Amino acid sequence: MGRRDIPEINAGSMADIAFLLLIFFLVTTTMDTPTGLMRQLPPKMDEVEPPPPVKERNIFSILVNANNELLVEGEMMELKNLRERAKEFIIGRQNVPNDERFPEFKPTDIEFYGQGYPVSKQIISLQNDKGTSYGTYIQVQNELVAAYNEIRNEEAMRKFGVSFDRLEELKKEGDDLSARRVDAIKDVYPQRISEAEPKQVGKIPQ
Amino acid sequence: MSKFKKGGKRGGQAISTAALPDIVFMLLFFFMVTTVMRETELKIKVMIPKATELQKLERKSLVSYIYIGTPIPALQGQLGTAPRIQLNDAIKNPKDIIQFVEEEKEGIMEAERPLMTVSLKVDRDCEMGIVTDVKQELREANALKISYASSKTDDILNQGSQN
Repeated sequence: MGRRDIPEINAGSMADIAFLLLIFFLVTTTMDTPTGLMRQLPPKMDEVEPPPPVKERNIFSILVNANNELLVEGEMMELKNLRERAKEFIIGRQNVPNDERFPEFKPTDIEFYGQGYPVSKQIISLQNDKGTSYGTYIQVQNELVAAYNEIRNEEAMRKFGVSFDRLEELKKEGDDLSARRVDAIKDVYPQRISEAEPKQVGKIPQ
Repeated sequence: MSKFKKGGKRGGQAISTAALPDIVFMLLFFFMVTTVMRETELKIKVMIPKATELQKLERKSLVSYIYIGTPIPALQGQLGTAPRIQLNDAIKNPKDIIQFVEEEKEGIMEAERPLMTVSLKVDRDCEMGIVTDVKQELREANALKISYASSKTDDILNQGSQN
């Protein structure tokens, strides 16, 4: 029985082949997680029960027309001024409760803030035309979310000495105290953006 | 200088590269596993808008995508130039969204169905009319968690192409 030597296979080019595949997958891989502006749609309208009426002074109305122009509380406004204006409205005037330009306050019990803390009844109402461009719509939405985020950050800084973003990070890591603080801040400045159904006012330019 | 010249037999010693394929294969498998091939072929042009206040979509398996935009030039003969909706691989009408959502829900575990998110990938030059129709259909289909897909930017006021 002659045991012949099996000739060794040259594996020198194996690395080359593997490198080739590696580079292919390196190039095609995308590591990005999808990002976006999160929104919750209102549930299906119950036609029997109309929504409760809201006082005019509690509503911050934003209208966007087909030419992508903004009408905020009855005046034309540039997009870059929207954030400041929205922030003013959301914070309101706690010490001048009768100021008709700003929303009313409702005493609410919130942890860390004690009983009967005045929480603004603000609602932001956003109405757009059918011809409004989606880009503008997202810009407006983004400014409103940014206004809320800035206010929440400032409030968290003032109350707890930590920014709201940081608190949310800690909450994700499972810190119970931070989670309760996040909830408290959210109760003090709840995000209320209401979207009316769009009207077709301006003719869409073709 | 002669301090370093030890006069021994130098050179010739090749570094063993026997472990190189192993290392490369390890990297290769890592990238093979993490790569996600694009599963849908877009028939419409979608340039998502830019925003600053973004939130990450945590669980990719719970996300369904709806694309809205104008058809790509090659298909404009068939589909026209008005914005259309694409679900998975096909161009559909707003009426088909309810069924689409139901099908997507089937693929998710029962306990996690309330967490399902619909990501709207809408072209930034699109008009709101069709987006609103889609949102009404989503309300009808009871898929209330939505996300307007946008990419990160630092300057929200400068978006480039706007009509």
